[in-house]
Amino acid sequence: MIEGDEFVQSLQAMGVNFFTGVPDSILGGIIAELMNRGLYIPAVREDEAVGMAAGAYMAGKMPAVLMQNSGLGTSLNTLISLNMIYRQPCILIVSWRGYGGKDAPEHLIMGQVLPQFLDTMTIPYRTLSEKTAKEDFAWVADVYHNRRIPVALLITKGVVKGLHP
Amino acid sequence: MRPEEGTLISRAQAIGALLELLTDQPVIVCNGFPSRETQKIADRPTHFYMIGSMGNAPAIALGVALAKPDKQVVTFDGDGNVLMGMGTLATVGALKPKNFIHVVFDNEVYGTTGNQPTIANVVPLEKVAKAAGYVNAVRVLDREDLVYEFRALLKKNGPSMLLIKVNEFQEEAERIALDPPDLTKRFMKAIE
Repeated sequence: MIEGDEFVQSLQAMGVNFFTGVPDSILGGIIAELMNRGLYIPAVREDEAVGMAAGAYMAGKMPAVLMQNSGLGTSLNTLISLNMIYRQPCILIVSWRGYGGKDAPEHLIMGQVLPQFLDTMTIPYRTLSEKTAKEDFAWVADVYHNRRIPVALLITKGVVKGLHP
Repeated sequence: MRPEEGTLISRAQAIGALLELLTDQPVIVCNGFPSRETQKIADRPTHFYMIGSMGNAPAIALGVALAKPDKQVVTFDGDGNVLMGMGTLATVGALKPKNFIHVVFDNEVYGTTGNQPTIANVVPLEKVAKAAGYVNAVRVLDREDLVYEFRALLKKNGPSMLLIKVNEFQEEAERIALDPPDLTKRFMKAIE
C-alpha cells in the first residue's frame, strides 16, 4: 500500500504546488497529509475546485484537484468549457468508488461507467497501482505538460493508505 | 417595475466606470455579454474573458488571488452567475483572500439568453456574501456611488463585493475575438 506522504511527495516531485478538492474516504490519507503540510485548499464543489485550479494554473501554479468520481459529474461543464476549450491542464486525483460493483448503491452506476465517461469526455486517465506507481506518475506529468488538458489518476480502494488502515 | 429602474445605469456604463479606475489588475469576466461588453469598452491583456463554465468566475479569480497574493484580483460577475455558483461565496468568505474584489452586475435577469428573470430581485446577494464572510459588501444604485465605493474598495483589504444594480440594456458587442487558448496565453503572460 502507498503511504499518504509518499503519494504527496510523488506529486510534489512532479512539480504540483496547488492542491484543492472535495474529500472522499479513499482519499482521506492523502488529504490528511496535505493538511498536515498546510497545502490543502478546501472547495465546496468539485467544479469550483476545478475553476480555482484553472486560475492557479494561469497564475503560474501546477494544480491538482482531488475528488470522488461522482464529482466528475459535477465538474463536467467546467472541465469541458473551461479546461478543454482554453487548454488549461489540471491533474485530477479521482477516487474510483463503485469499482468492481462493490460499494454503496449511489456509487454503482458511476463506478461502472467511469472509464466510458472519461473516454467520452476525452480525458486521458490511468489507474494507479503500487507496482507501476512510478510510471503512473510519470505518465500523468507527461500528459499534463504535453497535451495541456485535464488528466485523471484513478485511485481504487486500498491502493493508497486511508485514514483508518 | 422596480422603483429605481428608471434611474439605473446600464452594465456597459458600469463596466466603463470600473475600467477607468483599474489599470493592470487581473480581471476575470464571466461568460455572456459581460465579457463581450468588457472587450468592446477596453480590451486589456490582463482581462480573462470566459465563454463557458457559467458560475465559475469567482472560483477562477480565487485561484489567481491565492496564487498571486501580491496582486489585487477582480472578477466581473452577474447575478445569475452568482446564484449558480453561490457556494463559492462561502469558500471566498472562509479563505478570506485580502486581494479579492467581486463585482456583481445585478440586472435580475439572464440577459444573454433573453431576459428570463433570476431570483436576485428577492435574494440580496451582497448580504449573502457578507453573511458568508466577505469583509466588505456594498450595494450601489448609480454611477456616482459606484465610483466612490469602488475607489474605496481598491484601498481596503478584502474579500470585497461591490453589487451594482444595473438595467437590462445590452450593448451591441461582438463575440470574444481571440481563440480561447490564445486568451489563456495572453492572460498568463500579462499577469506573470
